[in-house]
Amino acid sequence: MAYVGQRIKRTEDPRLVKGLAHYVDDIKLPDTLHVAFVRSVYAHARIKSIDTSAALQAPGVVAVYTGKDVAGVGPVPCASALPDLKVPDYRVLAQQKVVFVGQPVAAVVATDRYAARDAVDLVAVDYEELTPVVDVEAAAAGGTVIHETFADNIAYKLTAGEGDIAAALAASDRVITQRVLHQRLAPIAMEPRGVLARYFPGEHELTIWSSTQIPHLLRTQLALMIGIAENKLRVITPEVGGGFGSKLNVYAEEALLGWISMQLARPVKWIESRRENIQATIHGRGQVGDIEIGCKNDGTVTGLRYNVFADLGAYHQLLTPQIPILTGLMLSGAYRIPAIQINVTACFTNKMATDAYRGAGRPEATYVVERAMDLVAAELGMDPADVRRRNFPAATDFPFHTATGLEYDSGNYQAALDKAVGLINYAKLREEQKAARAEGRIVGVGISTYVEICALGPSQAMPAGGWESATVRIEPTGKVTIMTGASPHGQGQETSFAQIAADELGVDLNDITVIHGDTSIVQYGIGTFGSRATAVGGTAVLVAIQKLKEKASKIAAHILKCDASRLSFSGGCYSVSAAQAAAAGDSEPVVPVGQAPAGALPEPETQGKTSMTIQEVALAAHIAKELPPDTEPGLSATYFFEPKNFTFPFGTHIVSVEIDRDTGEAKFLRYVAVDDCGKVINPMLVDGQIHGGIVQALGQAMFEEVVYDDQGQLVTGTFMDYAVPRASQVPWMELDRTETPSPVNPLGVKGVGEAGTIGATPAIVGAVVDALAPFGVKHLDMPLKPENIWRIINTR
Amino acid sequence: MKRTISLTVNGVAQQHEVEPRLLLVHYLRDVLDLTGTHVGCETSLCGACTVLLDGQAVKSCTMFAVQADGAKVTTIEGLAKNGDLHPVQEGFWERHGLQCGYCTPGMIMTGAQLLDRNANPSRDEIRHGLEGNLCRCTGYQHIVEAMEYAAQKLS
Repeated sequence: MAYVGQRIKRTEDPRLVKGLAHYVDDIKLPDTLHVAFVRSVYAHARIKSIDTSAALQAPGVVAVYTGKDVAGVGPVPCASALPDLKVPDYRVLAQQKVVFVGQPVAAVVATDRYAARDAVDLVAVDYEELTPVVDVEAAAAGGTVIHETFADNIAYKLTAGEGDIAAALAASDRVITQRVLHQRLAPIAMEPRGVLARYFPGEHELTIWSSTQIPHLLRTQLALMIGIAENKLRVITPEVGGGFGSKLNVYAEEALLGWISMQLARPVKWIESRRENIQATIHGRGQVGDIEIGCKNDGTVTGLRYNVFADLGAYHQLLTPQIPILTGLMLSGAYRIPAIQINVTACFTNKMATDAYRGAGRPEATYVVERAMDLVAAELGMDPADVRRRNFPAATDFPFHTATGLEYDSGNYQAALDKAVGLINYAKLREEQKAARAEGRIVGVGISTYVEICALGPSQAMPAGGWESATVRIEPTGKVTIMTGASPHGQGQETSFAQIAADELGVDLNDITVIHGDTSIVQYGIGTFGSRATAVGGTAVLVAIQKLKEKASKIAAHILKCDASRLSFSGGCYSVSAAQAAAAGDSEPVVPVGQAPAGALPEPETQGKTSMTIQEVALAAHIAKELPPDTEPGLSATYFFEPKNFTFPFGTHIVSVEIDRDTGEAKFLRYVAVDDCGKVINPMLVDGQIHGGIVQALGQAMFEEVVYDDQGQLVTGTFMDYAVPRASQVPWMELDRTETPSPVNPLGVKGVGEAGTIGATPAIVGAVVDALAPFGVKHLDMPLKPENIWRIINTR
Repeated sequence: MKRTISLTVNGVAQQHEVEPRLLLVHYLRDVLDLTGTHVGCETSLCGACTVLLDGQAVKSCTMFAVQADGAKVTTIEGLAKNGDLHPVQEGFWERHGLQCGYCTPGMIMTGAQLLDRNANPSRDEIRHGLEGNLCRCTGYQHIVEAMEYAAQKLS
C-alpha cells in the first residue's frame, strides 16, 4: 500500500487529544525549584542599584541572581556573519543598562511558582530613565545612541540586487511610488516558552528541556554560553506547542536556567507567562519602506527599488539581522523584473528584537511586490490579474534566474493563476462587483500570485549549516526506528516521515516510530524552520533508507543464495527470480551454528526460501550468524542530506470582501487558494499548513499589531490588546493545488509551512483597497482597522 | 490559612488542603497531576485551560480551586469513556483538527459543551461557540470540520 500522497491520520494525535502528551511544564522532577524574572519596566534606563535583600527574606526563596552574578555566562548569540555588522553585547541579565521593556534584570529562585512570583515584587531596582528610541527612522536619524560603544543606532546598511535600477526606472513609461508598513507582530505560539534544567554534579551532566525548534543548535550555543562541554549537555525537546519561528532561537532564559541548576544542583523550571511572551519572545516583521516600481504602458515591469528601514529592536537574537536580507532576496516575486535594488537601513530601537516569524522576511517581500503589481494595475487601469500574467516567466523558463541572484527551481505560475481564476470564477466575480457597486455596496477583489523560498537551505547560504540528518534502524523484531534532526512542533513529521519510510521499506506504518528532539539519542540535526523539514529532513530519511536497503539486499542475497542483482524488492520483501530460485534449491542447506541459549531471539527460517522480508533481514543482521563476509552486523543507516538549492513554492490566492458602510468592517465573501508545494506527502497535513498560514496572514492584514508607545512601553501586552484571529473572524477557505515537483530533492517536495502566511496578506489587503477604490484609495497600511476604513467611507 | 476542599474530578473524589489563592488549573495540574489542561494566557482569553465544572465550560486559569469546592470537574483526561474517545476527540483526530495540540484539550472541552447544548450546530454556530478558544496553528477550518464530524457521530 502506498502511504505517500494519502490523507493519513496523524499518529501523534491520540496522546494529544487525550491530554496525555508532555510539554515542558508537564514534566515533573522531584525537588524542582521555580524561577521568576524581574524584568525591566523601562525601555531605556541606567540601573543605579538593585536591592535583593527583601526578596531573599521572603518565604520559599532560595536565591536571587542579578547581572553581576552571571558575568561569566556568555552573551546571547547572533548567527549572522554580515560584514561590518554591529553586534551589541547581549548579556543574559542586564548589566549597567536596560534597553527594552521586558529585559531580564534579575532571576528569583523559590520553592514554588507562587513564591517566586511574589518575591519578584520585592526586588527593588533603582533606575535612571534615559531617552527611549522607539521609531526606527528616528533611530536612523541620530540623537540618542542606545549602545554607547557604537557611534550610532545603525546596525548595518546593505544594498543588493542586479541590473541598472536607475537606468531602468529612467527608461520606464511610469514610475509609481508608495510607502508601505509591515507592522511588528508577535508570533504567539499557544504554548509559551518553557525551560526545565537539571544538573547532576557527580556525573557533571546538565539536561535542559526546552520548548524549542532547534535542539541541537541550542545545545551547541548553550554549551558555549554556560561553559560546559557540549557532550555533557543534553537538550530534550518534548512536545512543543507551536513555534512559528519564535522558538528558532537561543534565549537568555535558557542559558540562565542551565546555569542556575548548576549553581544549586537542583532542578529548576521557568514557564513563560503570556505577558512575558509578548514582551520578551522575538517579534516579527517591523519594516517600513518606500517602493519605486517602473513599468511600460502595457504593464511590463521594468524595475523595482525598495528602500527599507528595518526595526531590529535593542539586541540581535539568533537571526535578527538576516530577516531583511531574505526580504531583498525575494523582491522579484513571481515576476521577470530586469533590475531590482534593495537598500536596507537596519536600526537598533528600544524594543524587543525582531527575528524569524513565520515567513521571516518573505512576507515583507511578497507584500511589496504584490502591492506594487496592484499599484501598476491601478495606474494603468488594467486588471491586476492581467498585469501579473504579463510579467510571469513562462513554465519553460525554469530554472529561472532573478535579479536578486536566486535561481528558482521549477514553476508554472500561469497554471496556478488559471486554476484559481477558474475556481472562483473571476470574470463573474468582477461582473458581480460592478453590479454591487451600482447598488452602492462596497465590494472588492484581491489577488496575490506569490512565490516563496523554502527548504532552507544549502549550507553555503545558511549561518549554521543547512543540511538535515536521519538515522533509520530496523530492530531485531522488525520495528523501524527513525531518528530525525528536524524536530517538529506541530507539523506532523512523526506521521509524514513514517509515510515516506513505510513506502520505501514496504512495511506497515504502525511498525515505524519517529524519534526527535533529544540530543543524546538523535544524531546532530538542524531543526524545523524555513519550511525545510520534509524537503531536507524527509529527503534525509529517504536516502538513509536507500543506504540501509543496499546492505539489506546484500544480506538477503547471501541468505537466499543468489546474486544481489537478481533480487527484486517489492512490498517489503526480497525475492529471487525463478531461475535463481531453482539454482538456490540445489545448493547446500544452511546449517545453524551453535545451540541457541534460552531466551535467544528466534532465528529466521531461511532454508529453501526464495524470499524474505526486510524485517526478517533485520533479524538476521542482528543475530549475525549468516552474514556475507566483511559485513557489519546490525541494520541501520545514517544520512546527512545537503541540498544544492532552495525550493520555490508558489500559488495564487484570490479573495473577495464586502465592507460594512456603517461599521467599516470587512466581511469575507470568498477565499480561494491554489498552492503548489511540489509533491505532496500528506494532503491533509498540507491543507492544515495552508489554512493556518492564511489565518496568520489574515491576522496581520486585519487585526494584529505590537504597539509600543512613545516611551517604549508595550501597549499590547495581553490577548485583550493583541488580537489573534478567532474562529468567527476567518472565512471558509477553498483550497486547490497544482503540483510541480522540485528537482532539488528526490522527493520532489518544496515545502508548505509558510506559504499561506506569505501569499495571503497582500490578497486580503488588495481586496479591501480594491473595495475602497471608488473612494480614491490606492493603498492602506495594515492592520486594516474598521475605524480607518469607516473614516475613509465617511469623509471622502 | 489553607482551606480544605472536596470535589470530584473525572469521577474520583478528591480532598486537599489548598491555599485560597491556588488557581484551579494549578490544582489540577500540580496537585492532581492532570497536565492535559494547559495554561495559555492566564487572563481567560485563550481557553487552553477550559474544563467542565458541573457541566459548564469554564476557564480554570481564572478560577480558584476553592471556588470548585463541592463541584464535579471533568478534564480532558476524563472525557474518553471506557477507553473510547469522545466523538469530539475522535473528530479532531479524523479531521486533523489539531497541529501542535496545545489548545486542543481546551478546544475539545468547549466543543463537547457546545454539542451538549446544540446537537446540530451550523458552521457559524460552531465558530461562534468556539470564539473563546484561540488556536494559532489550524486556522480553525479543520476544527469546524471536526465538530461537524462529532455532531454527526452523536446524532
